[in-house]
Amino acid sequence: MSEENRQPLVKVQDLHVEFDVRDGIVHAVDGASFTIYRGQTLGIIGESGCGKSITAKAIMKMVPKPGIMRGEITFFEKTSQNDGEATEEVRIDRLHPDSQRIRKIRGGNIGMIFQEPMSSLTPVFSAGFHIIEAAKLHRFVPVNTIGDTMTRNIKDKRGVTDDEAREIAVDMLRRVGLPNPESRVDSFPHQLSGGQRQRVMIAIALSAHPDLLIADEPTTALDVSIEAQILDLMRELQDTADMAIMFITHNLGVIAEIADEIVVMYMGKEVERANTIDLFENPQHPYTKSLLGSIPQIGEKRSELETIEGMVPSPFDLPQGCVFHPRCSEYMPGKCDKVYPEYDEVIEGHWVRCLLYDGCRPDTQEAQVIKESV
Amino acid sequence: MLSFLIRRVFYALIMLVVVSFVSFIIISLPPGDYMTQRIRELESMGDKSAETRLEQYRIRYGLEKPFLTQYWLWISNFVQGDFGLSFEYEQPVATLLKQRLPLSVTLAVTTTVFTWAMAIPIGVFSAVKQYSLGDQIFTTLSFIGVGIPSFLMALVVLYIAIVKLDQDVIGLFSRNFQDAPWSLAKVWDLLKHMWVPALIGAITGTSGTIRIMRGNLLDTLGQPFIEAARARGLKNRTVIWRHAVRMAINPLIVILGTETFPAILAGNILVEVVLSLPTMGPLYIRALLTQDMFTAGTVLVLITLMVMIGALVADLALAWVDPRIRLD
Repeated sequence: MSEENRQPLVKVQDLHVEFDVRDGIVHAVDGASFTIYRGQTLGIIGESGCGKSITAKAIMKMVPKPGIMRGEITFFEKTSQNDGEATEEVRIDRLHPDSQRIRKIRGGNIGMIFQEPMSSLTPVFSAGFHIIEAAKLHRFVPVNTIGDTMTRNIKDKRGVTDDEAREIAVDMLRRVGLPNPESRVDSFPHQLSGGQRQRVMIAIALSAHPDLLIADEPTTALDVSIEAQILDLMRELQDTADMAIMFITHNLGVIAEIADEIVVMYMGKEVERANTIDLFENPQHPYTKSLLGSIPQIGEKRSELETIEGMVPSPFDLPQGCVFHPRCSEYMPGKCDKVYPEYDEVIEGHWVRCLLYDGCRPDTQEAQVIKESV
Repeated sequence: MLSFLIRRVFYALIMLVVVSFVSFIIISLPPGDYMTQRIRELESMGDKSAETRLEQYRIRYGLEKPFLTQYWLWISNFVQGDFGLSFEYEQPVATLLKQRLPLSVTLAVTTTVFTWAMAIPIGVFSAVKQYSLGDQIFTTLSFIGVGIPSFLMALVVLYIAIVKLDQDVIGLFSRNFQDAPWSLAKVWDLLKHMWVPALIGAITGTSGTIRIMRGNLLDTLGQPFIEAARARGLKNRTVIWRHAVRMAINPLIVILGTETFPAILAGNILVEVVLSLPTMGPLYIRALLTQDMFTAGTVLVLITLMVMIGALVADLALAWVDPRIRLD
């Protein structure tokens, strides 16, 4: 898909999520802005606690208590009208978390699969029950209107019946590659393996034909061979369903395999965004460079694995300036610890937040001084 | 499933034999028997012929026989439904049970319905609105409810009802209905009295149950499947009641079985004594105090039976609501 005619699906602008807890305020997401386009796979990568999952939950308007959300999240919904298709912009951030509108988007337009397939299904309900529950909320079939032109134009739709929902459940289980779907539909979660449960989760999410699938570390809890199967499955289903995927992970190998474009997050901020090949071939931000440098290579003669210096800073006591500067190998004293870098497109399609790049230096007095001294 | 049932019934039978034997021993442990006490009582009132009269009773009830023979006589008749004679009431124990058991069951059922009807909604509310003002109020009240002994609450209610409101709340019937045949008016009279012990029992029971319900539900609400259910687009109310409460209620089913069944016979004995209800509790206490051994023994064995029936019912119910539990 070329750059120009990409259609935006979800646009996140200056998203902040804060948690006011006993020890202070945690800025879990601190000014994230990115766009997910239709049909694309966007990878979000970062270490634990950098705000990846919270960003995903914010898109679903499911920020857990006592989180407070600021910023804009726009969902571009395709609506079919008499004269073709139109796009309606829905401001997710303004919706009430239990409103009918968001509940139609949640699970209907945006599906989500989770990190813990072992406990993401309600233990007392069968696999089929979960899919039927989703299908009855989000699947609609056209009402037969033979000979009645008036109603045909209105495109009357009705919800699915119990029998139809069950058929959908069996069909979805077959599509996600569960053996014997006709009998597996009545299996309870404890009778399924971790990989099978994640397949059921995918079946639930995809049963509504979503525009976007948010996958929050879907393979972290699975072993490597199952992980490969699940990734293959997701890719395969994406090809047939014209669906965007927001893939959240901390696994560089997985993200390289599945994503078209990658956003790197550090301490609640994006630090770099580029398409996958660019990012791996030509990383710009020192954090990304260090991350890529710390992947062990097979056959490499190196006694020690490269690591990133220091520890993740305490969320209550974030460093001044660039939050990464205490661990950065290219730390510039007097600049990085004072000036907060802006996000800029340094190469076409390649965004970075680092003071090494001219465009990231804010146009303040202080920044001017730095510019002159460089 | 069938083998599970057979095994459980078999264990229950062994248990009943052991419990009946041990309880019989314990009841006859104190020196003397019902008659010795009775003689002492009558003699202190100056009745000189008491001893010879009661000696006849002793022979009639087989109290002069060796201990094991007494036990054997009692238990072999017990199996046939003859629970022996009550010394105190000079009536068959079975007759006493027939009078009191229905009232006890009615009271227990009313109390349980009250308890659950209050505890589950309040517990759910407290968990869903954790740390809200309402939760704080209910939490405080439930701690008070757990903390106040039920007999004290009964005394306070008695005081308020009798002294302040001039209401007759003692017992289960007004005087004029005491021995009247059953009629609608008598049922109404029963209900007018029943709510007091039922409410006191419910307050004590509710307070604990609220805490359990709240704790369980908070645990469940933190589980990933709740988030997953929400992400499916379900209404918050559906998520809570269909997915969270459904999971959190399991321990309450166990409580319902193992506590409510025996509570029919020995629920709130102290409350029943304070309010002098014609139920099983006061009968049991009285029998223990006076060494009315057949009455006490019968009630004890029935309590044991109830505990075992309750546990069995709880197990079956749990297996029915939770597919992860298999009985075999």
